[in-house]
Amino acid sequence: MNPQIINIAYIVSAVIFILGIKMLGKAETARKGNILSSVGMLVAVVFTLFDHKILDATDKITWAILAGGLLLGALAGWIAAKKVKMTSMPEMVALLNGFGGLASLLVAWAEYHYDGVANIAVGGFSKFAIISTILIGGVTFTGSAYAWAKLSGKLSGKPAIYAGQKAVNAAIALLALASSAAFTVVGDYQVGYEMMAAAIVLSLVLGIVAVMPIGGGDMPVVISLLNSLSGLAACAAGFVIQNNVLIVAGSLVGASGVILTVIMCKSMNRTLSNVLFSGFGSAAGGSKNKVEGEMKAISADDAYYILEAAQSVVFIPGYGMAVAQAQHAVKELAEILENNGAEVAFAIHPVAGRMPGHMNVLLAEADVPYEQLKEMEEANKILENADVAIVIGANDVVNPAAAEDKGSPIYGMPIIEAFKAKTVLALKRGKGAGFSGLENGLFFRPNTRMIYGDAKATINELVSKFKDA
Amino acid sequence: MELILLLFIFTLSVFLGFELISKVPSQLHTPLMSGSNAISGITIVGAIIATGGTDNSMFATALGFAALVLATINVVGGYLVTDRMLAMFKKKGDK
Repeated sequence: MNPQIINIAYIVSAVIFILGIKMLGKAETARKGNILSSVGMLVAVVFTLFDHKILDATDKITWAILAGGLLLGALAGWIAAKKVKMTSMPEMVALLNGFGGLASLLVAWAEYHYDGVANIAVGGFSKFAIISTILIGGVTFTGSAYAWAKLSGKLSGKPAIYAGQKAVNAAIALLALASSAAFTVVGDYQVGYEMMAAAIVLSLVLGIVAVMPIGGGDMPVVISLLNSLSGLAACAAGFVIQNNVLIVAGSLVGASGVILTVIMCKSMNRTLSNVLFSGFGSAAGGSKNKVEGEMKAISADDAYYILEAAQSVVFIPGYGMAVAQAQHAVKELAEILENNGAEVAFAIHPVAGRMPGHMNVLLAEADVPYEQLKEMEEANKILENADVAIVIGANDVVNPAAAEDKGSPIYGMPIIEAFKAKTVLALKRGKGAGFSGLENGLFFRPNTRMIYGDAKATINELVSKFKDA
Repeated sequence: MELILLLFIFTLSVFLGFELISKVPSQLHTPLMSGSNAISGITIVGAIIATGGTDNSMFATALGFAALVLATINVVGGYLVTDRMLAMFKKKGDK
């Protein structure tokens, strides 16, 4: 096919992506936007198959390989998307990010390898593009894979810290950059190949060591950053094969990932470098201010009486709700409370959970109407007049130290002000501290009652008490 | 010239991306992330070219094939999982 026609198809596809991503940003049009953008992808893929280089390869084997790869990938992607549980969504997103990054790396490698076989001279800029793709793609791949392992519980979510870690990481990063620079400037193809191999290995190592010191609670930042990187890798691959649609689509994703990353950092009142390099949450009990008072535990029975009389109830979910898979039970309790005459709302902190919007997805899965989901600012207004706040597996996002204790590492982080409610019911697995390793003063307040145990079991117990009454 | 043109496109797209996504409600953060993640699977185009356009190098074709499978998983999985999520976001009363 005429290359001009293929390029026009790429422009069409880029326009569709732009419209799709715009629609994805509004609640009413989001689903259509996603479908639209998938159409853009289809257009790009179909017209690429007509690319002259590929049609020249008239042998049936090439076509069989292409069809096989597409079918295999589509099948695997389809099964994964249908089977994944909503509670496992952060892992799924991490894994898909990683695949995208690795695919870009392989594309760049294949290009350089082929250039050698076909005796094509590789220019300086092409080399720069190739090595950039490899660096970004490699870091994205292993960084995402490591995040996936942490999120799915295959590795501990705690930050892994050792003495001299920063120096070691900096050395690996410098070596990766040095081999990349050598690759770009060296004239000899074979030496270049060796430098590229070194850069591949180093970028893969770098992805792992970079995510290692970052704890589970900071995962919303890491995931959105890796999302941005996977886009940039695709964009760099676009420079390798000089393809407009890769550049446009890749940089759109890169920009959206950066925006999400910034929102997540702001929601924790921390800088990106603090999240990436500080090993936050590794030093337990960092605050100097001792928390006064004692935690008062109550039974589900007593909690029932408190809820029975409540006119206004605010649920504050956190990662613990995802772990206990309690979202359906929570929804049931919310419905019962509403029928009992109470106003019900859900207060969602932007970094609650392990990825941006994690709580929204879980509650939507349980059919909680989204009018009841309140963003932080609005939720705090409601809490001032709320009878009961039910904290379900949330910890640092409701810790009053963020507002009151200047010595606290989380000081300045905007929080959901659960303590303003007349009574706080805190559902918690045990007495341990939160992700940041801090004691939570909220649990020691006179108006707080603790209910220990599995959140789902506790809520189910409350539900059955209402049903029996 | 070609190169400058590509850089030009890149710069404009980055700005466009920032403009498009600067005000997204937190409700949509996850779908936006997984939906844009699927778009980053556009590298599938590169993978097709690397697989199909490298017929005299088995090794390059093999690399391309691996890239093709991974990118396709990224694309198909990403779009489907995003659609599944967005299908759950309903207003009260919608059935």
